[in-house]
Amino acid sequence: MALINWLGDLAPRLHRAFIEGDRWKLYLQGLGTTLEMTVIALILGVILGLVVAVVRTAHDQQRLGHRNPLLSFFNALCNLYTTVIRGTPMMVQLLIWSFVIFKTSRNKVLVGIIGLGINSGAYVAEIIRGGLMSVDAGQSEAGRSLGLNYFDTMRFIVIPQAFKNILPSLGNEFITLFKDTSLVQAIGAAELTYYAFTIGGRTFDYMPPLIGIALMYLAVVIVFTWLQGKLERRLRESDRR
Amino acid sequence: MIDVKNLSKSFGDHLVLDGINQHISPGEKVVIIGPSGSGKSTFLRCLNLLETPTGGTITFQGQEITGAKVEIDKVRQQMGMVFQHFNLFPNMTIRRNITLAPVRTGLMKQAEADEAAIALLKRVGLEEKADAYPNQLSGGQKQRVAIVRALAMKPKVMLFDEPTSALDPEMVGEVLDVMKELAREGMTMVVVTHEMGFAREVGSRVLFMDGGGVVEENTPDELFNHPRSERLQSFLAKVL
Repeated sequence: MALINWLGDLAPRLHRAFIEGDRWKLYLQGLGTTLEMTVIALILGVILGLVVAVVRTAHDQQRLGHRNPLLSFFNALCNLYTTVIRGTPMMVQLLIWSFVIFKTSRNKVLVGIIGLGINSGAYVAEIIRGGLMSVDAGQSEAGRSLGLNYFDTMRFIVIPQAFKNILPSLGNEFITLFKDTSLVQAIGAAELTYYAFTIGGRTFDYMPPLIGIALMYLAVVIVFTWLQGKLERRLRESDRR
Repeated sequence: MIDVKNLSKSFGDHLVLDGINQHISPGEKVVIIGPSGSGKSTFLRCLNLLETPTGGTITFQGQEITGAKVEIDKVRQQMGMVFQHFNLFPNMTIRRNITLAPVRTGLMKQAEADEAAIALLKRVGLEEKADAYPNQLSGGQKQRVAIVRALAMKPKVMLFDEPTSALDPEMVGEVLDVMKELAREGMTMVVVTHEMGFAREVGSRVLFMDGGGVVEENTPDELFNHPRSERLQSFLAKVL
C-alpha cells in the first residue's frame, strides 16, 4: 500500500523536478558546463603533466657528472608540485583556490577549471612518466646513437610509443576528473550538481534531482568507457598487423 | 681515428673497465671477443658515450669527446651503431626509420634522404620493404635495416654490439654477409661478437677481453692459432 502511494506520488515529484518551469534545460546547461570543465581541465592537466613528466624523466636520465643545475631546480619544483597536490584533498585545494587565491573572482567555473586542471596535472604527470619509462631504453639509445638530440628522440620515438600505453590510464583520469567536477559545486560554480542542489532546495525535494544527476553522470561514464574500449581495440589491431 | 687512453668505467663499486688503452686507425676492423661480463659491450658503448666513462679519455678525429664542452650529438652523427636487439622504431615505416635522423639533423633534405634510403635498401636486398613496419620483418631483415639506418648518416666508423646474438641461426649469415661487404668497402668497424668465423675472416685485429681489460690482442691468425695467455686458450677451447 505504502509502495503504491509512493509510486503515485512520484509522477508529480518528477514533474516538479524536471518539467516545471522548463527545469530540464538547467540540467542540460549544467551537464554542458560539467563536460566543458572536464575537457578544459584535462587539457590543462595533460599539458602540465607532460611538462612535469619530461622534466623529471630528463633529470633522471642525465649522464653522471653532467648534471644541469637548472634542470635540478625545475625537477625539485616539479617534485614539490606533485607532492603537495597529491598529498592534500581535492576539496581543500578547490576551497583554497576559490576563497584564498582567487577570492575576488566571480567566474567560479574558471576557478574550478584551474583547480581541477592543476590537480589533474600531478596525476597525469605520473601516468605519462610511467608511459615514458615503459618504452624500452634501447629505443632512445638508438635515437641518440644516430645523433638525434634529446627532444627529437622524445618527440619522434619515445612519446609516440608511450602514448599507446598511456591512453587507458588517461581515459580513467578523464572519468575521475568528470566525476570530481561535482566538488566544484562547493565553490558555487554553476555545473550539474549545483543545479540539482538548487532545484532540490527550491522544490523542497532532493531525491528526484540527485538521483537524476547520478544517472546522468553514470550514463556519460558508460558511454565514454565504451568509446575508450573501442579506441583501444583499434590501437591493438594496428599492433597485430 | 679513435684513441682511447686509460679508459675505466665502474657501476657503483663494480669496476667494469679497468684502464684500457687502444688506438683504432681508419679502415681497421677491430673485433672484440671474450666471455660475457668481460666488459666488451661496455667498452663499445663508451666509444659513442652511451655509457659515460668514469675515468680516462677518448679522442675521436682529434677531438676529445670525453671533455665537458663536447657536442655529443655531432660526434654521434659520425659514429653508426648497431645493437643486439636491432632497436628499430616500431612506430615508423622502414623508410622513415632510415630517413628520420639524416633529415632531422640537417644532413639531407627529405627527398634526398628517401632516395638514399632506397639505394641503401637495394644494397641489402630489402627495397620492397620500404613501406613495411619493423614488426613485419624477420630478425635478419630487421638487423639489415638497422645497419642501413646507421649507414644513412654516412658515419666514419661503425660500432656493432653483438649484431647476430639475438638472431635465429639461419639468419646469422645474411647479416654477416652485409657486414663483410661493408668491411670490403673499407669502413672502419669495431665489432663485439661471438662469431669466431667472422672475427677470423674479417678482423684486421682481434682483442680478447676478460675481467675489464684487454688480455691479448693480435691478428686473427696469430690470436686463434697461437694464443699465448692461459685465459684465451681456455676460452678458445670452449668456443671453437
